Amino acid sequence: MIQPHGGKLIDRVLKGVALEDAEIKAKTLPGIRLDAEQTSDIENIATGVFSPLEGFLGEKDFRSVLDKMRLTNGLAWTIPVVLAVDKKMADGFKIGGDIALLNPAGEPAAILHLTEKYGYDKNETAQKVFGTVDPAHPGVAKILNMPEVLLGGPLDLIRETPTPFQKYKLSPVETRKLFQDKGWSTVVGFQTRNTPHIGHEYVQKSALTLVDGLFINPVIGKKKKGDYRDEVILSSYEELIKNYYVPERTTMAILMMEMRYAGPREAIHHAVIRKNFGCSHIIIGRDHAGVGNYYAPFAAQEIFAEFPDIEITPLFFRSFFYCRKCGSVVSDKICPHGKEHQIQFRGTEIRDMLLRGEYPPAELVRPEVAKVIMDEKNPFND
Amino acid sequence: MEKETKTVSIPASLYKQIEDAIRGAAGASVADFVTKAVREALEKGKKTEPEEVFSPEDEEKVKERLKALGYID
Repeated sequence: MIQPHGGKLIDRVLKGVALEDAEIKAKTLPGIRLDAEQTSDIENIATGVFSPLEGFLGEKDFRSVLDKMRLTNGLAWTIPVVLAVDKKMADGFKIGGDIALLNPAGEPAAILHLTEKYGYDKNETAQKVFGTVDPAHPGVAKILNMPEVLLGGPLDLIRETPTPFQKYKLSPVETRKLFQDKGWSTVVGFQTRNTPHIGHEYVQKSALTLVDGLFINPVIGKKKKGDYRDEVILSSYEELIKNYYVPERTTMAILMMEMRYAGPREAIHHAVIRKNFGCSHIIIGRDHAGVGNYYAPFAAQEIFAEFPDIEITPLFFRSFFYCRKCGSVVSDKICPHGKEHQIQFRGTEIRDMLLRGEYPPAELVRPEVAKVIMDEKNPFND
Repeated sequence: MEKETKTVSIPASLYKQIEDAIRGAAGASVADFVTKAVREALEKGKKTEPEEVFSPEDEEKVKERLKALGYID
């Protein structure tokens, strides 16, 4: 099986006496109340999803990620994983001291061992990560609204915060064991934030012909308005897998993480995460992790040329569509027929049909999947 | 460089290819080239070995959770 990024899975989940001590100590420490996305970040760090990170980035690594898309040790890392607080709060923390990180319910979730406090330029950060400073970009808007001081240092997890999707929440140790148990040595990861249409199914099954197993890994967490709600994504995939996939060859678990919509940089981030889960391959489609028209359609594929050392193998898929003449899902690489024969998989059009209460044609969406979405009172994020 | 060496045979055509490849590189020899290439290949091989070593206790815990969630029988 593929090695984790950096050679070993990070495990900073406290156990036994260390856990008991930390629970007592956390009550005496200054605290920071985290939101749901930050809570996911600390769990992802502690359980190895973000290996080799052991905490929030220090300044040198932060600068290196912005400028070189690599950590100072040379490993590929494209998205800054940081914890921002306002100056007044930061002034109250001592370098070398510990801070209790509280989950949204106010319970101590982790202890941060503070090694650095530093400032950053928001416009520079936005420009380098997202390629734009347009505040209409959801990732840029978030950076512009972040407090001004970043805290760096390793952390230790006290407790995981339960989610409504607990049965689909697996750590990299668990996915690796699962793949091993299934006898899969090669696994392709599929990142998604959407309900599946026939085009997704085509891509997944095409990739699966090359490897032992398919790991469907929906991103659960904050998304933009109009995206499908998390429970709808999971229910629709449950129906699809039940009716159309070979169970011995397919599995699904969630990734608790906020979408950043950083396009090409986020594609690398997604690849590294799936590598940590044990995937040897990852599917990268058109405009992966993109939003609006900020990124060139295949920028998220082209960026992999800059990371020949990343080890996980990207499988690139072009635009695909249903061709009436071929009678199947195809791409411009394999279909010689004209546009007049094509039915496009346009998410917004499918969404509009569903909102109007119309079942999309079976060439676009499986009826079982459409039913799951139609049965929801409000399948989209407000 | 280790003092003790052993002799191995490689096809003459490959030897010639290596000679052509290193021609012009000061101080380079076919032996150095092959030694370096073999070392790199062995190092790469090490990196792809499975790294997970679960203690039987941890492995059982992970298995139990995967069973409880319905991932494995």
